[in-house]
Amino acid sequence: MVLVEAIILSVLAASTPLLLAATGELVTERAGVLNLGVEGMMIVGAACGFGGAWLSGSIVVGALCGIIAGMLMSLIFAFMTLGLAVNQVATGLALTIFGIGLSGLIGARFVGERINTAPHLSVPGLSDIPLVGRILFGEDAFVYLSLALIVAVWWFLYRTRAGLVLRACGDNHISAHALGYPVLRIRMLAVLFGGACAGLAGAYLPLAYTPFFIPGMTAGRGWIALALVVFASWRPGRLVIGAYLFGAVTILQLHAQGAGVGIPSQFMSALPYLATVIVLVLLSRARTGGSTAPAALGTVFVPDR
Amino acid sequence: MPDPALAHPAPVQPLLQTVGLTKRYGDFLANDRIDIEIVPREIHALLGENGAGKSTLVKTIYGLVQPSGGELRWQGRPIKLSGPSEARSLGIGMVFQHFSLFDNLTVAENVALGLDGKEPLRAVSARLADVARDYGLPLDPKREVWQLSVGERQRIEIVRALMQNPKFLILDEPTAVLTPQEADQLFIVLERLKQEGRAILYISHKLDEVKRLCDTATILRGGRKVATCNPKLETAGSLARMMVGSEIKEVKPSAERRTTVPRLVVNDLTLQPAELHGVRLQNISFELKGGEILGIAGVAGNGQDELFAALSGERLVKEPGTIIIDGIACGNLSISERRKMGAAFVPEERLGHGTAPRMRLSENALLTGHAAGDMVRHGFINAAATLRTVDRTTETFDVRKAKRDPEAASLSGGNLQKFVVGREILRQPAVLVVNQPTWGVDAGAAAIIRQALIDLASAGAAVLVTSQDLDELIEIADRIAVMFHGRLSAALPRMEATREKLGLLMGGASLDQKEAAHATRA
Repeated sequence: MVLVEAIILSVLAASTPLLLAATGELVTERAGVLNLGVEGMMIVGAACGFGGAWLSGSIVVGALCGIIAGMLMSLIFAFMTLGLAVNQVATGLALTIFGIGLSGLIGARFVGERINTAPHLSVPGLSDIPLVGRILFGEDAFVYLSLALIVAVWWFLYRTRAGLVLRACGDNHISAHALGYPVLRIRMLAVLFGGACAGLAGAYLPLAYTPFFIPGMTAGRGWIALALVVFASWRPGRLVIGAYLFGAVTILQLHAQGAGVGIPSQFMSALPYLATVIVLVLLSRARTGGSTAPAALGTVFVPDR
Repeated sequence: MPDPALAHPAPVQPLLQTVGLTKRYGDFLANDRIDIEIVPREIHALLGENGAGKSTLVKTIYGLVQPSGGELRWQGRPIKLSGPSEARSLGIGMVFQHFSLFDNLTVAENVALGLDGKEPLRAVSARLADVARDYGLPLDPKREVWQLSVGERQRIEIVRALMQNPKFLILDEPTAVLTPQEADQLFIVLERLKQEGRAILYISHKLDEVKRLCDTATILRGGRKVATCNPKLETAGSLARMMVGSEIKEVKPSAERRTTVPRLVVNDLTLQPAELHGVRLQNISFELKGGEILGIAGVAGNGQDELFAALSGERLVKEPGTIIIDGIACGNLSISERRKMGAAFVPEERLGHGTAPRMRLSENALLTGHAAGDMVRHGFINAAATLRTVDRTTETFDVRKAKRDPEAASLSGGNLQKFVVGREILRQPAVLVVNQPTWGVDAGAAAIIRQALIDLASAGAAVLVTSQDLDELIEIADRIAVMFHGRLSAALPRMEATREKLGLLMGGASLDQKEAAHATRA
């Protein structure tokens, strides 16, 4: 019983940074911009988030520092790809390489330091209900925030006019421009939102997941988030499924390895990737038609005036 | 001075006026001091060849392009438009040539994006259904655009423009993609809009349409206005002369051609689409003899591109006997092997598909000519031979270019098309498959290309021409078949292929059995 509870709690914690980063990337890609720099924005967010929290002693300040760092990183990307119309794939890859180096520089003086991680919610009575109590009412604030965010993003994309305009920019930027929508400005805002989410996702790691910062601590989570967006067919609902599935298999295979299951550990380590890809491929096969990817994804737009 | 109002009806205040409107792109003058007046209750034609500056002019009027000089006046007052939404708020609506639609959004969402109000989507859907019913333009608000036909897509554009209750509506080549019957329905709507007191600016290449529909015509050439006239008092020939600036060479009708043996045979070709939203080819069969030109008509997106891919070998079919060139089953052979057998292919899109834009003409000549001929020896490029091909094509087809061997992208559309078609014809192919031979090409170049196709057939080749231009097919083809939803109708002999019959087939109607049987026998 205690073990099941512990497993579920660690699944939620492992999934949250993926969900946060993928939510931001989903919005960016829905606007037609492919930002492959998620990993770079995350790791800079992690370094700055930890630095902010360590210097100020406040988790909130740390989270804000992470968000701002992610946005600044995405601003570089926006300037290059939207302002100068540089190739998005190349810029995104460069942003990741740059981010890994920059985070090492920023984080060098924080390595070896510790902070107190984000407190977990405690609702008297509710949090003490066996099994579900701590899972539903005893998480850290980031977990609830990430879920609220994906619901808000769903509502924004499908229920508001601004969301419709954003999807239109991702589907056909020439038409959107012809109708008079400021394609580049909308894409810029989407990129900034993606940066903020990636920065927060990165900051989550040293602020809530582990109490310290180590260089390269994102360990490829940014790439997983990118893959999740694709396999989720750019749909918020499937993104949640994908992120939690990945988190769940990651934790379960660790416990299985710990219990001494007779399967090579390399295979077990690969399992989260395999399981997520298979499930999301099956989901995306069941589509009813229509394009799954935003049709203008990754294409450069230069308005003629 | 006597009061003019006594002698004449009061002059109508122009709704929209351009005064010396100029748009400059670098050194290039797209619009040079253009003056136009458009009054209410008028359908005003804007005529001109490709590159004459029509699109730039209407984009300026719609606020999409900022003029470099001159001014726009709306109801007599000078205006500056910051963007399309400001134009819309004045009462200017626009229906784009290449539709400004979003394939993966629903009809209602597409319409909502073109409206500026804060109307919720549900209200837009309801109002859309009303307007559509009122004007006889049925639309289902919930369908996604990619599921709709070209005609239906245009309906979305028109309904979207009408929902803003415009005083002035711009239509950019609205009938280019319609069947003749769909075009007739559109004209009824336009007449009604005119009766309601609106003004319409109508861009078209089709002169008979302009003569029938429009009250005034302004003709542009090379960015300048050359004339304003009443098209009903002009002939199609005189309008064409004003557009082109010179006489157009008549295409000599084919002299009696002797048809020989079947050179291209397609047996029951069925092929799944390779692309999302592609068309499935279904049971396509035809036989094309040497000395014959077969035309394939149809609205774009009915499987013409897919058929071209199957014939050229860009996509292979499992059963080799489905496609037979000169007696050899080649459904599973590659494009190069088909070229070696004497087939040649000219795709629709000349930049990117027909040629590599950033490569020189000689290199582009090599790209389709390497399989046969002397351009490659022992794996090395014979540069002299590739240049020779360029020179011969240039000479025979009057390709105008700045230097001997420029990049493909630097040629104008008409000249590049002459090169792409000429390159294949000079190889004297046994079978030529050509898709949209004169799309977006000026009248002079079109005449040269059509003549070359006729001459090639006279020399004994089998020529398959796919085109959306019915007049072109009626002019050059011996038989005409129609593609609709991936199926090919029986081919009608030219004598029987009237615009009405072809139009019905293009809209999906099947001719009655007797006629179809008759057509097959002929």
